[in-house]
Amino acid sequence: MDAEKIKSLRRTAAKVRMGVAEGVYSAKSGHPGGSLSAADIFTYLYFQELNIDPQNPKAPDRDRFVLSKGHCAPGLYSTLAQRGYFSPEELKKLRHIGAMLQGHPDMKGTPGVDMSTGSLGQGISAAAGMALAAKMDHKGYRVYALLGDGEIQEGQVWEAAMFATHHGLDNLCVVVDSNGLQIDGDVNKVAGIEPLDQKFRSFGFEVVLADGHDFESLEKAFAAARACQGKPFAIIAKTTKGKGVSFMENQAGWHGKAPNQEQYETAIQELNQALEALN
Amino acid sequence: MADIVKKATRESFGEALVELGRTNPDIVVLVADLADATKVENFGKAYPDRFIECGIAESNMVGVAAGLASCGKIPFATSFAMFSAGRAFEQVRNSVGYPHLNVKIVGSHAGISVGEDGATHQCCEDIALMRSIPGMVVLNPADHYEMFAAVKAAVEHQGPVYIRLGRLAVESCNNNEDYHFEIGKGITLREGADLTVIATGLMVGEAIKAVDALKDQGVHARLIDMHTIKPLDKDLVVKAAKETGRIVTVEEHNVIGGLGEAVAACLGEECPVPLTRMGVQDVFGHSGPAVDLLKEFGLCAQGIEATVKKVLGK
Repeated sequence: MDAEKIKSLRRTAAKVRMGVAEGVYSAKSGHPGGSLSAADIFTYLYFQELNIDPQNPKAPDRDRFVLSKGHCAPGLYSTLAQRGYFSPEELKKLRHIGAMLQGHPDMKGTPGVDMSTGSLGQGISAAAGMALAAKMDHKGYRVYALLGDGEIQEGQVWEAAMFATHHGLDNLCVVVDSNGLQIDGDVNKVAGIEPLDQKFRSFGFEVVLADGHDFESLEKAFAAARACQGKPFAIIAKTTKGKGVSFMENQAGWHGKAPNQEQYETAIQELNQALEALN
Repeated sequence: MADIVKKATRESFGEALVELGRTNPDIVVLVADLADATKVENFGKAYPDRFIECGIAESNMVGVAAGLASCGKIPFATSFAMFSAGRAFEQVRNSVGYPHLNVKIVGSHAGISVGEDGATHQCCEDIALMRSIPGMVVLNPADHYEMFAAVKAAVEHQGPVYIRLGRLAVESCNNNEDYHFEIGKGITLREGADLTVIATGLMVGEAIKAVDALKDQGVHARLIDMHTIKPLDKDLVVKAAKETGRIVTVEEHNVIGGLGEAVAACLGEECPVPLTRMGVQDVFGHSGPAVDLLKEFGLCAQGIEATVKKVLGK
């Protein structure tokens, strides 16, 4: 990936983050922390990795993306808006009565959303089902699922992991947004999940670690996922919760809280500065 | 009426899938280590590429079914009712119901007629759970003819359906030439004006025996086979209430949340008449031979006959 491409992706990611701040501020609720930690992963997927067409969001042979950590919908919505699935103006109506953008992803109402999610642990099973459908129909589309590291505590994740390996779903790529924090605090103090890479390996996955804020690192990881044959793939992406907004970074308290007006303005100012620095 | 055949509805469920799978390549069957019990082994033999063994992991099975449905398949996710509707309730609600995906959830061995396995496996809550999910159709066929028709209707219906299978062999009651199955339309099996018995699933066969015995004693009870619990055939219920003045519901399910409550809500809102709900009276079951258990709980021809007489003061 050349320097200009990286710069372009970073610019897009800054805009995605601004949309997260705007959406959550407008909604006066929502989940900024995990949306910001995953913003670079969303950006890489929708602007580099996925075989998709925003003009034809239900194309049968498209790649699928399942946001298993559905509460990070603001990050997904902001990315879909940037990618042209719908107007960024929709973000201002996030979580409002009558709005298209629900608190958690709704596949019936939002173009680009491939699965309704929000109850943790369920998205990865649906993603496995989609990957199996591709295999049954001898189609080449790939399926990506983004999980939170707190979500890993759900038992269903491991039911799905066993299933994916048993069925040789090498068209399934699981990404763990490993920001280290969940509502009650540090993931490994709440209910330890490490060593996560070894857990996925022992469940039959090919695993790589990546820097979830470094597009070259993500490029290598997703290339490895595409090259993997015979088994599902997991990318454990180290990230910073609240990334890009200084006062939200590494603060569990910003998992599910909206900024007030002053905080919102500070967030936008910081993200604007980051954007300008890339121009 | 053709000859009476005795067969479990789970048997004809499996046969229907094999038959329908022949012409519909989108039908896929998911199992959770209970392929024999749910009678889908033959589907697996006929169409191994469309038969998905999920192991003992019902929550994941329902999620996988949702993903398959989103890609155009018509998945039947099968297990004991306790697990497909019970354990995986939240997956059915959020991964299937909310996105209104075309998944058919199948619960076998429902009710107390599981018998010896006891209370942990005797699911008397599945109908209540499934009918509380918006957009979910709930079917509980009475005999193998009706089951075959119900599976066909479920395949043709675009959206989530719950199908309850019986474990015990039951005598056929719907094998006549003018039989017509339609989701949401109950079937009047016996005419009568003294009272109406509305039964569902396994209880329909018992209710026929009871109603026929009552007729010999001069009691003319109407009998409705309510194979669809949701959407309920309100017109038929209200008509029966108006014409017969009293209703008795019979189900192998907790009286809370099942057919009886669905009928109660309909009557309360549209045509209040005295109602008696036969079923499992908000208790857990216990181990024992299925037929003996059903007798103990009054869910048998004699129990229905006695209840009807009591209701009519005879």
